[in-house]
Amino acid sequence: MSSEWPLWEVFIRGQHGLNHRHVGSLHAPDAELAIKNARDVYTRRNEGVSIWVVKSVDITASSPSDKGPLFEPSNSKVYRHPTFFQIPEEVGHM
Amino acid sequence: MYAQLVKSEGMKSAAELSPEERAFQERIDRGEKIEPKEWMPEGYRKTLIRQVGQHAHSEIVGQLPEGNWITRAPTLERKAILLAKVQDEAGHGLYLYCAAETLGVSRDQLLAKLHDGSMKYSSIFNYPTLNWADIGAVGWLVDGAAIMNQVQLQKTSYGPYSRAMIRICKEESFHQRQGYDIMMKMAQGTAEQKAMAQDALDRFWYPALMMFGPSDKDSVHSAQSMAWKIKINTNDELRQKFVDQTVPQAEYLGLKIPDPNLKWNEEKKGYDFSEPDWSEFFEVIAGNGPCNKERLGARVKAWEDGAWFRDGLLAHAEKAEARRAAARVAAE
Repeated sequence: MSSEWPLWEVFIRGQHGLNHRHVGSLHAPDAELAIKNARDVYTRRNEGVSIWVVKSVDITASSPSDKGPLFEPSNSKVYRHPTFFQIPEEVGHM
Repeated sequence: MYAQLVKSEGMKSAAELSPEERAFQERIDRGEKIEPKEWMPEGYRKTLIRQVGQHAHSEIVGQLPEGNWITRAPTLERKAILLAKVQDEAGHGLYLYCAAETLGVSRDQLLAKLHDGSMKYSSIFNYPTLNWADIGAVGWLVDGAAIMNQVQLQKTSYGPYSRAMIRICKEESFHQRQGYDIMMKMAQGTAEQKAMAQDALDRFWYPALMMFGPSDKDSVHSAQSMAWKIKINTNDELRQKFVDQTVPQAEYLGLKIPDPNLKWNEEKKGYDFSEPDWSEFFEVIAGNGPCNKERLGARVKAWEDGAWFRDGLLAHAEKAEARRAAARVAAE
């Protein structure tokens, strides 16, 4: 049996000025063909102006079980949001 | 539907659930999406692989009955449209394989199961497309039924599946409209063309109704899938919605739905209609439909004939990578 083409994750910039965004994955033998396949699979209706592909095995992801330790500490730091501070009305817009 | 007879795992009562399973069910009940790599019951994972895989296979096999007419489309414009639609089906299959792969199964494994017959695809694609009006009927009825199913699946609990459905639904309404457009042209054409349109409707009506799967009373797999929000509506609910939506569209075309029992029921605000012949459905699922052998044969042949090409591209990629690595070493 022949071996499977590697899996690539595809990121598309939808319009100028926006970040590339993950849209899905596909199989391709190499990066060049991954870009070509991504064009056909993910931008048939003008969805993009730029494509990134990266091998799925090269992505390191945070573990779902680390969600608490990673993200909960920021919950208590409400002073990071401007609405935490009361500015008197006579000071005007700040 | 595109996944008609998906075997689900046995339903557990609330008391039988482990703490992990209960927490999982509560997340689903709150409407949270489950994402890859998060903890999920083995049954949830297995059922999803079956359902998403079957859905993907249906998109891919679904290219065959329509692909049959690409070289025979009556005008260049119709040909270009049909090509775009069939290409979309390939894309939809790929979105779904990609969603299935996040569950820990590879695309090649799924394809191997399609090819050896252990995974199914929708029964509808085992019917032949005999004349050009069939391409209209497929778009109108088959894609119409598919959309009916897929719209609700946008709310499914598994994130990658839900996102694939959202994308597919966006693209698919063009498919149904192009089918109806063909039907309008045929139904408003010569008497002979209209007869072809009626003939296509006659042949595709009941197979389209079968797409939603067996009646709720015989559907053994629904309860657990609905609790997990892998399935949102029951087979009969969707079938009823499909009939209610389609009858006025047929009337507009001046075509007759081939069902003597079709009648508006004021009380339920919907149509009463005849059930399809379920023995035919189970025969087709078992591999004995008019085109089962041809469809699966075409898929297996394409896979086998393409092996040298897939291997060749991979060998080229490996060589090029080795050359790049050697150049890097030389430059250092």
